[in-house]
Amino acid sequence: MTTVTSTSSRAVSPQLLLVLVLIVLAMIAPFGIYPIFLMKGLCFGLFAAAFNLLLGYVGLLSFGHAMFFGFSAYVTAHAAKEWGLTPELAILAGIATAAVLGAVTGWLAIRRSGIYFAMVTLAFSQMMYFVAVQAPFTHGEDGIQGVPRGHLFGLINLNDTMTMYYFVLAMFVASLLVIHRIVTSPFGQVLKAIRDNEPRAISLGYQVDRYKLLAFILSASLAGLAGSLKALVFQLASLTDVHWHASGEVVLMTLLGGVGTVFGPTVGAFLVVAIQNYLSEVGSWVTIIQGSIFVVCVLLFRSGMIGVMTPWLKRRGITG
Amino acid sequence: MMTFFGIPTQALFGQLLLGLINGAFYAMLSLGLALIFGLLNIVNFSHGALYMMGAMVAWLLLNVLGLGYWPALIVAPIVVAIFGMIIERTMLSRLYKLDHLYGLLLTFGLALIIEGAFRQLYGISGMPYSVPKELAGGWNLGFMFLPIYRGWVVGASLVLCLGSWLLIEKTKLGAYLRAATENATLVQAFGINVPMMVTLTYGFGVALAAIAGVLAAPIYSVNPLMGSNLIIVVFAVVVIGGMGSILGAVITGFMLGLVEGLTKVFYPEAASTVIFVVMAIVLMIKPAGLFGKRS
Repeated sequence: MTTVTSTSSRAVSPQLLLVLVLIVLAMIAPFGIYPIFLMKGLCFGLFAAAFNLLLGYVGLLSFGHAMFFGFSAYVTAHAAKEWGLTPELAILAGIATAAVLGAVTGWLAIRRSGIYFAMVTLAFSQMMYFVAVQAPFTHGEDGIQGVPRGHLFGLINLNDTMTMYYFVLAMFVASLLVIHRIVTSPFGQVLKAIRDNEPRAISLGYQVDRYKLLAFILSASLAGLAGSLKALVFQLASLTDVHWHASGEVVLMTLLGGVGTVFGPTVGAFLVVAIQNYLSEVGSWVTIIQGSIFVVCVLLFRSGMIGVMTPWLKRRGITG
Repeated sequence: MMTFFGIPTQALFGQLLLGLINGAFYAMLSLGLALIFGLLNIVNFSHGALYMMGAMVAWLLLNVLGLGYWPALIVAPIVVAIFGMIIERTMLSRLYKLDHLYGLLLTFGLALIIEGAFRQLYGISGMPYSVPKELAGGWNLGFMFLPIYRGWVVGASLVLCLGSWLLIEKTKLGAYLRAATENATLVQAFGINVPMMVTLTYGFGVALAAIAGVLAAPIYSVNPLMGSNLIIVVFAVVVIGGMGSILGAVITGFMLGLVEGLTKVFYPEAASTVIFVVMAIVLMIKPAGLFGKRS
């Protein structure tokens, strides 16, 4: 069966085909599925993909990514509501905030590795949580409510749910392409070398710390984009997004989907968001189930859903 | 009224005492974390949840079985330690050959489960636990008023920390433990049951967290969320002190409690963030931590 396609040298590769099919599916999805749910999934999928850039390709487990996600959401919400900026500028302001925050915390955190790196990032994230609790512009427990979505470039009205959905989808696809480009670039190869054998990367003359810091800032910026989009979709920026629970959730999404895979984090994000949606009425069960998924993933499926499925897909020639 | 840099001494010493009490909890928790990390190479994220469990068990003992504070101080840590040792045997022991990060993730999941379960059962509102009558009241020391219970907490935690240090540094059992931390395979070759020692160490570390929980019950209200915010601060304490030394963990814990108390007096807005700022400074100057060995 597969010989038919592989004989013509100009044939579209199965991977590209899969991506195109997924994009088409994503474009028709809002006609059958609640668009707000899909947008939430896409925002968290992007957040998880950004986190995975660090964990999957540099081997750094950040337990504080909520600070980039949440603070970017705050800045975007503030810029759109109080300064009246157009959405694209508000998003840029959010990303810039996340990048600066990533540069400062990353610069400090990469001084330690492994388990300490996770603890340091968690601690900084908690510090930013307390800052968010106290700073006047975040409005404490209320958060920034009623954020206007506005008109993209002053032209496209994002208050229409479908338009907003396609905008979020476009940003999501573009970001995943950027991540794919980063990972497959020579820069990405060095990152993987650092992940696999840091002393060897050092001995080959690479300035390991610079690579780690740049990867950290890129990851923080993309997480910031996800937070900004989420602030516009839900027209809300709140303490939930900077809480350590959000940092834990993004770890869970990535672990569940598959660390170091391109689509894994998105799959994990949609699963976790679906669990939250369907179980939101039954109180603390969401937390208990999330904890159980962590335990089961760590004990049984360390390669995640995509990791478990990859051999099966490979046999069918879908992923290379 | 006496003042010190414009601050009434009463307020100053009051906050310092509060800082010392927080420090006592930081010390007990980071001591347990350091012990567990030393032998198991696992950063026990569920430490905060087990601390909460200690307080909850004490509350349950009082309200269900009618057992008061003093029996709870013995029973609660034993219950929590048994629970911890079961977890260690059934789950953590499968991870020793893997990357340390998996231990963190697993114990994070456990923390979510424990916290979620208690929240589901008891809600998130705090439940009062009264000070035992033997320790009620207070002394007027002239420069400040010292509630007896608070003095007891600081004293008890100092004794516990010192006791643990003596146990580890001065006894034969402690020598085995330190040897196993350095090279478990070799110690096992000498005929010492290392897996058993690992389980007991985890139980001991967890029991310390549970005792801290019981001690905390009359000071803070008992609620299912009391552990999760504490554990993150304790992580910062551990990063500042470095997990290499037992005494280092204890000193860092008390010191940071005092720093926090002082900040509450002079610049209250920064009280919740000061420990993280100290962590940032330590990372800049001495990345391995104050008592850490360069790895």
